[in-house]
Amino acid sequence: MKNRALALYTALGLGYAFLYLPIVLLVIYSFNASRLVTVWGGFSIKWYGELLNDEKILDAAWLSLKVAVINATISTFLGTLAAVVLVRFRRFTGRTLFTGMITAPLVMPEIITGLAMLLLFVSMELAFGWPDGRSVTTIVIAHVTFSLSFVTVVVQSRLAQMDISLEEAAMDLGARPVKVFLVITLPIIAPALLAGWLLSFTLSIDDVVISSFVTGPGSTTLPIVIFSKVRLGVSPEINALASIVVAIVSVGILVFGILMQRQEADRLRSERTAADQG
Amino acid sequence: MAPRAAGRRHPRVLLRRWGRTLVGLPPYAWLMLFFLVPFLIVLKISFSETQAAVPPFVPLVSWAEDAVLQIRLNFGNYRYLITDELYVDAYLNSLKIAGVSTLFCLLIGYPMAYAIARAPRTLRNPLLMLVVLPFWTSFLIRVYAWMGILKNEGLLNTFLLWSGLIDQPLQMLETDFAVYVGIIYSYLPFMVLPLYATLEKMDLSLLEAAADLGCRPFRAFLRVTLPLSVPGMIAGSMLVFIPAVGEFVIPDLLGGPDTLMIGKVLWSEFFDNRDWPVASAVAVAMLILLVAPIMIFQHYQNKSAEAENR
Amino acid sequence: MALPSAKPIVFSPWNDPDATPLIRIRGVSKSFGDFLAVNNVDLDIYPGEFFSLLGASGCGKTTLLRMLAGFESPTDGRIFIDGVDMTGIPPYERPVNMMFQSYALFPHMTVAQNVAFGLKQDGLSKKKIAEKAKEVLDLVQMSAFSERKPNQLSGGQRQRVALARSLAKEPKVLLLDEPLAALDKKLRGQTQLELVNIQDRVGITFVMVTHDQEEAMTMSARIGVMNAGFIEQVGTPVEIYEYPATTFVADFIGTANMFDGVVALDEQNRTVVDCAELEAQLTVGHSSGVAVGAPVTVMVRPEKMTVQREAPQDGLNSVHGVVSDIAYLGDISIYHVRLNSGRKVQVALTNLRHTSEQRLTWDDEVYLTWHPANSLVLVQ
Repeated sequence: MKNRALALYTALGLGYAFLYLPIVLLVIYSFNASRLVTVWGGFSIKWYGELLNDEKILDAAWLSLKVAVINATISTFLGTLAAVVLVRFRRFTGRTLFTGMITAPLVMPEIITGLAMLLLFVSMELAFGWPDGRSVTTIVIAHVTFSLSFVTVVVQSRLAQMDISLEEAAMDLGARPVKVFLVITLPIIAPALLAGWLLSFTLSIDDVVISSFVTGPGSTTLPIVIFSKVRLGVSPEINALASIVVAIVSVGILVFGILMQRQEADRLRSERTAADQG
Repeated sequence: MAPRAAGRRHPRVLLRRWGRTLVGLPPYAWLMLFFLVPFLIVLKISFSETQAAVPPFVPLVSWAEDAVLQIRLNFGNYRYLITDELYVDAYLNSLKIAGVSTLFCLLIGYPMAYAIARAPRTLRNPLLMLVVLPFWTSFLIRVYAWMGILKNEGLLNTFLLWSGLIDQPLQMLETDFAVYVGIIYSYLPFMVLPLYATLEKMDLSLLEAAADLGCRPFRAFLRVTLPLSVPGMIAGSMLVFIPAVGEFVIPDLLGGPDTLMIGKVLWSEFFDNRDWPVASAVAVAMLILLVAPIMIFQHYQNKSAEAENR
Repeated sequence: MALPSAKPIVFSPWNDPDATPLIRIRGVSKSFGDFLAVNNVDLDIYPGEFFSLLGASGCGKTTLLRMLAGFESPTDGRIFIDGVDMTGIPPYERPVNMMFQSYALFPHMTVAQNVAFGLKQDGLSKKKIAEKAKEVLDLVQMSAFSERKPNQLSGGQRQRVALARSLAKEPKVLLLDEPLAALDKKLRGQTQLELVNIQDRVGITFVMVTHDQEEAMTMSARIGVMNAGFIEQVGTPVEIYEYPATTFVADFIGTANMFDGVVALDEQNRTVVDCAELEAQLTVGHSSGVAVGAPVTVMVRPEKMTVQREAPQDGLNSVHGVVSDIAYLGDISIYHVRLNSGRKVQVALTNLRHTSEQRLTWDDEVYLTWHPANSLVLVQ
């Protein structure tokens, strides 16, 4: 018994080491004064300084942020509607097609989606004159198309776990369906909506392949800039950029995680006291 | 509420119908227009010919002289795919790399998911969070991190030289090995999550029952836990395998010039050769290869969604 | 599964000083952190017995059962099964099998495979396994369903399969964890008797955990009443109902009217208790065995009382009150009578006739009396 547990936790520890070591090394070497990766030339934050003076990167980052926020908001809206359709409307025409179109983007190779989106935009432009070239608009449309599925999956699972008698009770007490959704359902599934929003934000700000297809002049996102730099080899500036991303994400996740953990602990504690009393 | 007249519906019933349509229409229409239609367009263009113009392909349907509708289907792109060994090799190699990577993800991910699912309840969420966390940092950056580790004068070679295990730096970057590492590293969380989900919700009294009936722990694992976690294994494998087949960034950054993967071929047909019809044909062929895995994935995805609905 | 030979007419090995118990529990305690789930339990269970552990949820009965199965190990004390010390023996090497509350049927196996599972672990031949599986499935009348998966069965059918699976290995002891809790009331009644019949036929010792006193009393030869980790009393259903050892048992099993007082007189066949609350003396038909002045409780069951409108002649064990609530249950009616002190007493009367001219109604003044032999002194 003891040996088995030990083996399991060793496997877990090695797994975590595999996941985190590259990131940790990246962060450490972002403080390397030397331009060469292997040679430690002393501690320095000069790459961060250079990064902050690189207008191209800053512009791209700002654009990516805008795209990600718009994408996350639209995706969360559409994805939540789709989840409601899937969980609450059991039967309707074209359900199979609908579920197919929700699940396929989860695994579809990005390169296919990217090509397909671009060809759509080109064809539409030929036929209707819209969209006029590739721009932020086409990037947002492409991002929403693949990230709304992820929102749907997250919200769907929460919605399915929700006790439907809460909605029935609200209706029984005289609330109309729309009111029920806004006053009862939405607050209960709100954490899933937030998770979905963050997920689609991340997917968007991270995407390079699809963006490369549907981007146009003047709409270069951060991953496209990074990708073109990285293709030329390792650069300390990118290390610095990566470290900033890691720092932001870690702080965000840590705060989110602590909040969730506290909520869970509260729930467990109140369950236990309730059980003791009962 | 009694119906006012036979065959007529109460206005509120009609209103509810409208409401349902109103809710369903936006996502449905969006996905039809921006997900389904594009694939039909890809299919269409894969049958057309390249031309040096904007856009760089010949329309399929055109009005010829005398107002005769002309449809020209061109199978040349597909014939090209089959006859040119480059494409066949690229497809086979992609399947191989994706398959082997999936297997390694399973081998690494299963013990992790198992350990997390059997950890004390309060530890499970933080432990799972630790698996997911790297996913929230940029994918591109994580792949990039391996460039610094694997290159000839990189950290791994420096370490191995220092420890005396090798006396010549190993060529690791720009090899298939680096591609395997990159794919396993990037997709591992996608394997752990569904595995954890099935293992965590497993009824532990089943294992007690097995022990009670005389089954030792390891046999109980083989006869009960393993078969019951098959859905998670399949879902996780599909989540890794399907995107890995079409992976472009990882072979491009970590692989060498002779690392053949179909995603890379498609990219260069499209961006370097500007041959949109051939690129489309490559995409269609890739989709055909992936139809079966995608259907399997959908099947399990729907099944688990239904299980939740109950 | 041979029937035990020459069963005594009245099965009561616990009264036989020469009988060897099959299960001996000696000073067993179990704590989870600082919570003491089972507290210094001593218990003997005899071969062929149907023994029930009865108690409210959280009383430690399931923990005790799980220690017998080997899923938990005692913090203190020892468990012997058939003379063998079970300390450190894992579940898969114990001669006991368990029927789980959730049934724990393997969802990926058919009924037949579920039943065969335990036999396979013993390395029996395929033919033997098939024979044995069929035999137990016949016993629970589930042979027709042997190729079904558990999710294609009803709750009652699953219960039978779970029983068959745990019986297949012919364990020395069968442990049942709330075996009928998941069934609806009517089915539960039928199954109770079936389970007793099956136990009688296979002759295996059954140890059942339940929170349902009616179920325990219907099915068991003896019952152990548990409270807060202790075994309060072990006895036959009659013993624990008619002669509860403690106020807890008296209150937990059935309904009890209890009056606190102090001993005024203690003789061989009689105890007289001064009851301040009733401003009266109560006479009980047995010795309490405690000194005069000791605090005791007098217990009377509702059906052991009689009700009359006039004051009784001799005045022995009589209290006066007013009918405040009536619960008509068909076969009997329960009258709640408010005494002068304000406390309520329950009286049960059988409805012998369709209509009764003398039927009591609200606000009727009544006298409750009972015979000294029908009450009990409980020492705190």
